[in-house]
Amino acid sequence: MLSVSIQKQLKNYSLEIHFNVNEEIIALFGPSGAGKTTILNCIAGLAHPDQGLIQLENRTFYETKKKPVPIQKRNIGYLFQDYALFPHMTVQKNISYGMKDAHLTEQLIDTVAIRHLLDRYPNQISGGEKQRVALVRALATKPDALLLDEPFSALDQDTRVECQNELLRLHELWKIPMILVTHDLKEANKLADRILKIDKGKSL
Amino acid sequence: MNFTPFFLSLKIAGSATVIVLILGTILARVIARNRFPGKRIIESILLLPIVLPPTVVGFGLLYLFGKNGPIGSFLLQWIDYQIVFTWTGAVIAAIVVSFPLMYQSASAAFQTYDRNVENAAYTMGASKLKVFWTISFPLAWPGLLAGLILTFSRALGEFGATLMVAGYIPNQTETIPLAIYFAVESGNTETAIFWVVSMVIIGFSAMLWLNWWSGRNILRFTSEN
Repeated sequence: MLSVSIQKQLKNYSLEIHFNVNEEIIALFGPSGAGKTTILNCIAGLAHPDQGLIQLENRTFYETKKKPVPIQKRNIGYLFQDYALFPHMTVQKNISYGMKDAHLTEQLIDTVAIRHLLDRYPNQISGGEKQRVALVRALATKPDALLLDEPFSALDQDTRVECQNELLRLHELWKIPMILVTHDLKEANKLADRILKIDKGKSL
Repeated sequence: MNFTPFFLSLKIAGSATVIVLILGTILARVIARNRFPGKRIIESILLLPIVLPPTVVGFGLLYLFGKNGPIGSFLLQWIDYQIVFTWTGAVIAAIVVSFPLMYQSASAAFQTYDRNVENAAYTMGASKLKVFWTISFPLAWPGLLAGLILTFSRALGEFGATLMVAGYIPNQTETIPLAIYFAVESGNTETAIFWVVSMVIIGFSAMLWLNWWSGRNILRFTSEN
């Protein structure tokens, strides 16, 4: 279980949020600037709250007044909105960068059908393909939880539905806590077991 | 024809470029990416040699590294080494004068790519050092290389500060720019013309290559094939 209970002063409001995620998909739903990405960044370790507690299973990532666990040691997968693929590496190199289990990665590559892309560079593949590559890259590190920041927002309708179905399928196989940030209620309803509505840093 | 100035210039500009590349890259990475009080003041100091006359830089270095200067007296006392009027002095002059070019290129280079690319690597468990060598450095490399060429060219052409710190000692601190000046001074026009043409050829080649390279790199991550 991932449990998050944090407080952080942002520019215009104070972010205050408490929630637990079991082996399920939770959607953080709210308008732009509601603090959704900040929550993900705090969980991943890219940002730190002012106070609170972040725990995954029996590991404590952040606790008030203690030194936070660095990003590298958290083992949390993060799918960025713009995918953040390494532009100077082929798809193959991107995927194997943090890979922990080669056999599993091979399976993932076939599951999302990107084997034909392995030798291409990120600028040579489409948005939907980038999304799949980023997903495989994140899962290849065998993360204990997965964060997804509006992963489908840049895709056209058909590709979006396809990728959403793929995520559901992978979650069936993986059963880890997943947190999905979205401002699309339909998407939240379709993918999430629970929806956490957020506005101005507070859950509604 | 005495070719010492050519080899001396290469040695001095080469040494300065290596040091400036390392210093400039590290400082740009540390300073340009972070916000902290006094950042603008530190950056202004680092960039100052661009706007100062080389003689002012030379005077400053002469003060610092001279026999009675704070650094100069220290070196003389502890390791019995004098920097003024040696080729090391010329290297230091070249470093200070060319550093801002590298710093500017490097800070721009580290801002040309999406920061989340580095963050993604961190979330995959990569250490800071690994991220720097496998992600930041290769992505910033085109800009760093441009800075490197500018630094080398500037170091190669350094005259004012070099003359003040290293002086004109034939075969010891006689770089090409100094050789040109003193050849003209002594009416040795042929030698002067030879070195002038050499400098123009080197400078032109560097610029031509730089233009070609930057054009190629704009295409690198955007082309469809």
